[in-house]
Amino acid sequence: MEKKLTSNDFFWTFIRSNFAQGSWNMERMQALGYCFGVIPILKRLYEGDDLKQALKRHLEFYNTQPFVTAPIIGITAALEEKKANGADIEDGVINGIKVGMMGPLAGVGDPIFWGTLRPITAALGASFAMSGSILGPIIFFVLFNAVRLWVRWYGIKYGYEKGTDIVQDVAGNRLQKLTEGASILGLFVIGALVNKWTSVNIPVVISTITNAKGEVVVTTVQSVLDQLLPGLVPLIMTFACMYFLKRKVSAITIIFALFAIGIICYGLGIMNVK
Amino acid sequence: MELNGLQLILIFIFSCIAGMGSVLDEFQTHRPLIACTITGLIMGDMTTGIIIGGTLEMIALGWMNIGAAMAPDAALASTVSTILVIGGHQDIAAGIAIAMPLAAAGQVLTIICRTITVFFQHKADDFAQKGSTRGIDICHLGALGLQALRISIPSTIVAASIGTGAVQAMLDAIPQVITGGLQVAGGFIVVVGYAMVINMMGAKYLMPFFFIGFCVAAFTNFNLVALGIIGLAMAIIYVQLNPKYAQVAAAPAAASSGADDDLDDELD
Repeated sequence: MEKKLTSNDFFWTFIRSNFAQGSWNMERMQALGYCFGVIPILKRLYEGDDLKQALKRHLEFYNTQPFVTAPIIGITAALEEKKANGADIEDGVINGIKVGMMGPLAGVGDPIFWGTLRPITAALGASFAMSGSILGPIIFFVLFNAVRLWVRWYGIKYGYEKGTDIVQDVAGNRLQKLTEGASILGLFVIGALVNKWTSVNIPVVISTITNAKGEVVVTTVQSVLDQLLPGLVPLIMTFACMYFLKRKVSAITIIFALFAIGIICYGLGIMNVK
Repeated sequence: MELNGLQLILIFIFSCIAGMGSVLDEFQTHRPLIACTITGLIMGDMTTGIIIGGTLEMIALGWMNIGAAMAPDAALASTVSTILVIGGHQDIAAGIAIAMPLAAAGQVLTIICRTITVFFQHKADDFAQKGSTRGIDICHLGALGLQALRISIPSTIVAASIGTGAVQAMLDAIPQVITGGLQVAGGFIVVVGYAMVINMMGAKYLMPFFFIGFCVAAFTNFNLVALGIIGLAMAIIYVQLNPKYAQVAAAPAAASSGADDDLDDELD
């Protein structure tokens, strides 16, 4: 009798895949989480020694951006179904496809979800939240999760229907267009935020003069910098951070260094809250 | 302010959810916007929670786990700083300052948990050998539970001791130059997150869009929605006009969308 996956199996795999990173560990990263996700599929297709073999197969090293795991689960489901019905697919082939796709898909998933979708929805939410509006958290939660759940659900379907053809999609230009477009949007908004959502004030007085009308005009370092380009100091700081992050200095170390700079400059009167 | 038993239980339950959210990175319950709001709600002052959440979210905007690299932990920073601000009657700026060492502590704790989880991974291998899917489920969820306790234990301890006055005395003992300095640093600490995002994108050739965004924001008062629309429009124009894609679309094998066809017609 031919073994066939039911929509019930896909539903439970979808639910379980929301917990993919629960057992993220330093040795095999998302391996256990991936196995946890595909258990409904494996249980439908195999029993006895075949099931043991299948479980072991999906406990191998695995790590990618968590949401783009969905199409990989779909492909795995299609391959496992064929294998369970007697097709000659070796264990190594299934793992090869998983490992082969996790890199390129993370390359798509990281800029789209972590680089663009989350910063933009979170920034939008935060802009409401800072005035105390409950709309802020709600907007962020609903928008982000709607996109995420859609990707998880249709990703599994899509991977299952297209099977290994999807490998061409990853290499093809549609995903590349999406990634590049998202990166442009992300970088544009980050550029704006570097300017809008930072504040540096250097109140060191350069000159105090009384003009023709008898008004006292105080020129500070900050007012000169603002005439040049508002937000220049945060811009330089951003590039300094990029430099140090690339040199493998951890984010926390940089954060503490910036705190030290803040305390020292405040103590010496070089910097102030606007 | 002293918390009652029900509040402590709710703090424990919600910080479990935040801890799980932090490792899963799915529902975003660990992000300040969500975690501070709900902690604030439990503490009886949701509005303050939302404001802390918004302010902290801004700072944590670029904190993300990429590959095997761990970000500062937003979950512990959010729950504990909200408890301290509302329960310890601190101002929001002080709360933000306290949040940073907490984020570092949370990061260390998650690395410890993720190392202990290696043991669960090996236990799961044994269960696979026996063909026990139930056993594998328990290993996976057990590791998740560990991450939940990572946040809920420290949060509940802080929440329980906030009424004793010891925590408040400690917070009040911080000298003014430190709190003031931390407040000043709070204005530009965000750039670390922005730098993380830019580095992650790894697209130096797209940096002109970053500078356009910077200048548009410097000299206009556009809000985020307007900026988003401009950014999206530029992204679409760039993709449509890029000769790299036009060539591939012209190849017979590639399926092209309607918009591409129109563009091809115009180019012909």
